[in-house]
Amino acid sequence: MMTLKVNGRDHQIDAEPDTPLLYVLRDDLKLNAAKYGCGLGQCGSCTVIVDGKAVLSCVTPMVLLEGKQVTTLEGLGTASAPAPIQRAFMEEQAAQCGYCIAGMMMRAQALLQRNPKPIDEQIRAELAPHLCRCGTHMRILRAVHRAARLMDTAELSAVDKRSAP
Amino acid sequence: MNVPIILDRRRLLAGGGAFVVSFSLTGAFAQDQGAPAASPPAKPPGSLEKSPYLDSWIRIEAEGGTTVFTGKAELGQGFKTAFQQIAAEELDVPFASLKVVTADTKLTANEGYTSGSHSMQDSGTAIQYAAAQARALLVAEAAKRLELPAENLRTENAAVMAPDGRRLTYGELVATDFLHVRAEPSAKLKDPSTFTVMGQPIPRVDIPAKVTGGIAYVQDLRLPDMVHARVVRPPSYGAQLIELDAAPIEKLPGVVKLVRDGNFLAVVAKKEFQAVKAMRALSAAAKWKETAQLPKQDDLSAAIMALPSEDFAIFERNDPSAIGQTSIEATYTRPYQSHGSIGPSCAFAQFADGVMTVWSHTQGVYPDRQAIAEMLGLPPTSVRLIHVEGSGCYGHNGADDAAADAALIARALPGAPVRVQWMREQEHGWEPFGPAMVTKLKASIGADGKIADWNFAVWSNTHSMRPGGAGCLLAAQHMENRFAVPPAKPLPLPEGGGDRNAIPIYTFPNAHVMHHFLPDMPVRISAMRALGAYHNVFSIESFMDELADLAGTDPVEFRLKHLDDRRGRDVIEKAAERFGWRAGQQAPADRGYGFAFARYKNLAAYCAIASEAEVNRETGRARLVRAVAAVDSGQVVNPDALINQIEGAIVQSSSWTLYERVSFDDRRITSIDWQTYPILRFDAVPENIEVHIVNRPGKPFLGSGETGQGPAAASLANAIANATGKRLRDLPLTRRRIKDAIDA
Amino acid sequence: MIAGVLVALLLGGVGTSFAIAWRPAIATIDPPQPQSFAPGLVKRGRVLAALGNCNDCHTVRGGRNFAGGLPVPTPFGTVYSSNITPDVETGIGRWSEAAFQRAMKLGVDREGRHLYPTFPYDHFTNVRDEDDRALYAYLMTRGPVHAPARDNELAFPLNQRIVVAGWKFLFLHPGTYRADPTKSAEWNRGAYLVEGLAHCGACHTPRNALGAERLNAIFAGGDVDHWQAYAINAQSPSPVPWDADALYAYLRDGFHPDHGTARGPMAGVVRNLSVVPADDVRAIASYMADVFGAPSAERRERGEAALAQAKSPAAAAADSAGGAIYAAACAPCHESSQAPPYGGINLVLSSAISSSDPRNLANIVLAGVRPVEGELSPIMPGFAASMNDAEVAALLVYLRSRFSKQPAWSDLDNIVAEARRTQTASLDTRTDARNASSDTAQRAKP
Ligand code: FES
Ligand code: FES
Repeated sequence: MMTLKVNGRDHQIDAEPDTPLLYVLRDDLKLNAAKYGCGLGQCGSCTVIVDGKAVLSCVTPMVLLEGKQVTTLEGLGTASAPAPIQRAFMEEQAAQCGYCIAGMMMRAQALLQRNPKPIDEQIRAELAPHLCRCGTHMRILRAVHRAARLMDTAELSAVDKRSAP
Repeated sequence: MNVPIILDRRRLLAGGGAFVVSFSLTGAFAQDQGAPAASPPAKPPGSLEKSPYLDSWIRIEAEGGTTVFTGKAELGQGFKTAFQQIAAEELDVPFASLKVVTADTKLTANEGYTSGSHSMQDSGTAIQYAAAQARALLVAEAAKRLELPAENLRTENAAVMAPDGRRLTYGELVATDFLHVRAEPSAKLKDPSTFTVMGQPIPRVDIPAKVTGGIAYVQDLRLPDMVHARVVRPPSYGAQLIELDAAPIEKLPGVVKLVRDGNFLAVVAKKEFQAVKAMRALSAAAKWKETAQLPKQDDLSAAIMALPSEDFAIFERNDPSAIGQTSIEATYTRPYQSHGSIGPSCAFAQFADGVMTVWSHTQGVYPDRQAIAEMLGLPPTSVRLIHVEGSGCYGHNGADDAAADAALIARALPGAPVRVQWMREQEHGWEPFGPAMVTKLKASIGADGKIADWNFAVWSNTHSMRPGGAGCLLAAQHMENRFAVPPAKPLPLPEGGGDRNAIPIYTFPNAHVMHHFLPDMPVRISAMRALGAYHNVFSIESFMDELADLAGTDPVEFRLKHLDDRRGRDVIEKAAERFGWRAGQQAPADRGYGFAFARYKNLAAYCAIASEAEVNRETGRARLVRAVAAVDSGQVVNPDALINQIEGAIVQSSSWTLYERVSFDDRRITSIDWQTYPILRFDAVPENIEVHIVNRPGKPFLGSGETGQGPAAASLANAIANATGKRLRDLPLTRRRIKDAIDA
Repeated sequence: MIAGVLVALLLGGVGTSFAIAWRPAIATIDPPQPQSFAPGLVKRGRVLAALGNCNDCHTVRGGRNFAGGLPVPTPFGTVYSSNITPDVETGIGRWSEAAFQRAMKLGVDREGRHLYPTFPYDHFTNVRDEDDRALYAYLMTRGPVHAPARDNELAFPLNQRIVVAGWKFLFLHPGTYRADPTKSAEWNRGAYLVEGLAHCGACHTPRNALGAERLNAIFAGGDVDHWQAYAINAQSPSPVPWDADALYAYLRDGFHPDHGTARGPMAGVVRNLSVVPADDVRAIASYMADVFGAPSAERRERGEAALAQAKSPAAAAADSAGGAIYAAACAPCHESSQAPPYGGINLVLSSAISSSDPRNLANIVLAGVRPVEGELSPIMPGFAASMNDAEVAALLVYLRSRFSKQPAWSDLDNIVAEARRTQTASLDTRTDARNASSDTAQRAKP
């Protein structure tokens, strides 16, 4: 039994230490966003954020997660109250089958948290571990740029609110 | 004028050998098929022909809800949204209030497979006509009740409105079986100029769940008390299980059951990762006898050409007055290629009360039901297939096989919902690939600088081994009482399979097209996006450039010189103009421009693409830098979804074209993951892709999901030839091949 | 201290040996027409350029071929590679063949300035004239790229090129390479390539305080880009001894099942060697096998034991923090049935684990092996984001004790932290070629 913190909540998990995080998220916690694509660290569909960094959950065993914070796409926002990255992907209609998208969004989110104004080359380099078979790449890139702008304005408006009398 | 003829293969196969003129590609027919409202077809259009009752398509509840039914499966193309738009438009109900139910053998019409870019043509058209007729029926009913002439009434917001302000909602108008009427071929469609929902880039209804972690895929389904299964496939085609000590595996933590039926092996566990571990142990414990039966990879085209063939002359046109002066010939080849879905196949099955229910991302719920029923020895009515979206499939991937696996395992565990998830190496190793192909072309240019004589021959397997009967399912092939793979059949023209798009859309005075159909399939193959059209268009459009070069004519101008089809000319001109194509222009150093065009199947959407490629002369690495496409898919329903499809087709096709090849040794498929089957990554994503739609209001929907594959390949190949001065004819156009060509 | 020695060198160099220090400019020429070179000569030049790994230093990722600009880190500062395209203003477009040959042999540019020995003319001086001619023909027929040189980042007095004259006085020995008539033609071909154009020692031989290769420790292992270039002589850390066949396969295919996959800076070398004639690679392998020498009986036994152990791996003992990490994160691939390079080498065979220097292992654990676009290539996920330094260190301790017979590494904490800094910086800040950073970790080679 170990405690796993996911999307801000503690969960008691009964899994072998070699169980990849991906299976715990999907099977034990019934979270859908992280996807099984290869289980080998080759495609990126399983990406989640651990302590602020994008991590391939299929090759991250539970033994590495003690005391760390996991964030999945579910933890960012919902369909009715989407986070900026989610809004951006909706607004750009950046999905075909969409299977790869959750992973892409998590890595983009981690990038934007670290570097709120990435240039195009940085986004492309950052997304290099990710595959998309539908060829949605152009839209994914646009959506990440849009998310950067949305986060910028979201932050600005948050600042405005705070500084309002 | 000379009469071109298409030889109908079905007659030939029947032994009649008769020549049948089925259609001409030139003249009025190809111009267009007429606006539906102006000249209604004689039989109900689209899938209404086979499922003519309106209530197979649309149901309006007395409480007011409206549901649209389609037998097609959403595969990530976004047509669910498009169908909803069509129904909302023709019915005059608010878009958001509509529900769309997709393929389910209990609920929806039998629309066969979701394939061949048919969804809009078949199902979209059926829904459009059904909705139009339903609205007319509602208006007529209201006219009766209000005692007003129907012409005085209008519809709005799911209600019929009278000029005096009286209003009857659709819910009030319907009674039981109100829509259980046969479709009329003559339903009157709305005037496209009044459209408010169709033609709009409405956000796709499936995207919110996909970007927030909702339940969006069959992989995400969870049923109470479900168990997790993994299969262990043989290491190679035809391998026989000779030894297995299963006892230790049955004792592994969480293992519920081990299923063995001949060469079919699976393990079921309570938790998913327990199933994975048990699968690994099972796989290590199983000993197989393998046989060397795969062709030589390093001389694949020779191996293909050496297979026995059935030969069909599928197109002949003769005009002795046109005489060629200089001629060239060329051979183009394509290897086996993989669908490469990002999510390996997955299925659910539950066997309860004598009924097998299967949730699958199959493209054909009805044919799959038939095949699974046959495999299990159940009447088809005892099997229900429900389509749930999966990862993009681009044709016949492992979906149906996974569904069969789930059903076979579920039968051994009555009552339990069984989830089967294929592993990455299983999807890559066992999916049916896009077939290898060889084309040989020969043509001559006459004194007028035009093509006088055109010869085209294609060697190919069939392009569909979809079930088809139980014998098409891996599980059924591996069972103790195994089902034999059914003999392959060529897919009939005019759509064709290996010969899809083999008949040139251009007008050549002399033309001869041969299809050498190869019934033997040494490698497991089936339908992959665009079927034979990918390679045939790649060949034809590459060769057109070679001929344009011979004739000393600009490639775009050269194509236009040979094309009568007005809509085809329009997309060519549009793409060229938006790209900034100029005859004789020189690309910057190490770059090249290329152009290509096709009309998918010669009867679906038109697509022209201009590309700019960059080639590193030292490494041979080629990259698509920019592409501009123009597409005409008839009346546009959702322009953004259409653009998304074409963008995706260009990127995917450039990956096929530059990198992709299934590899194998004499026994095993060796391309079993993304290391051994590399596809395009972000490093090579183009700088820019533009898609321009040539909308044709009121014209029939033309399937467009596959129309980009061939032109994207050829325009990229032509751009590489333009950049390097070297023509590459063997797919994929790898870095190494390009480098060797440059260095030669 | 080093600077002091160098100042002495500088003074000594200028004072005692002006003749060596001063080199005249060689007159410019009108750039030769590409057609003026015989196609066969250009072709030979292409092969030689690949053998010399020229592109690896003279091209930056995303940049134009041979346009230079790659920052080369040295203990003395950063030197940028030069533009060797035939551009007339910024490249070698106005260099005569004589000027090119002088640069190769004596490390002097056309204008007579001394080149820093990051350009390995201490090896290139051994290249035969006809090979220089072919290389010249090849480079002069490339596409010219306008790319001005970047200023080196060296402190005084090293930024005074005359210092280099003193260095050369001590360490450049032109005309000393000789074929050995007692050896086979293949051996001699290999020796000629290894000691000359292929400049293997530039990475694999340790350097002295003045940055020159130590003649008493040839091929005993060196440093490059925060990687250890393994000893490629009798001191090789490889658990299984190398032989000519294994070397050939490794250099040609980029991997060998008993040794693993070329990675780090070696990846570019094997990529180049995959396109040259097989005979040249064979020759290199044959010569180097001689350098390694026949393994001692003890060495051979150890190798056989390692191979046997690799075939029947004992179940991983998850009895330590590192063991648990190995069992969960590494074993699924490294103990899978898929063969290298796509299945992960069995770690019993890993040189990185048996080497006295843990940097390569730390690098690979953190950064993984990235896919090569569009090509069959091994992929290993990096664990920088999912393991903290303590976890990496624990894993390294475990790997070392389980898979090698060598003493435990020391100072792992610092080494892992340093590896993280150098290996992951590029992920955060990789930018395009125009503003390639001088931080070596951010070097992006083609
Ligand atoms: S599923 Fe984790 S990288 Fe593919
Ligand atoms: S949208 Fe289908 S794989 Fe990316």
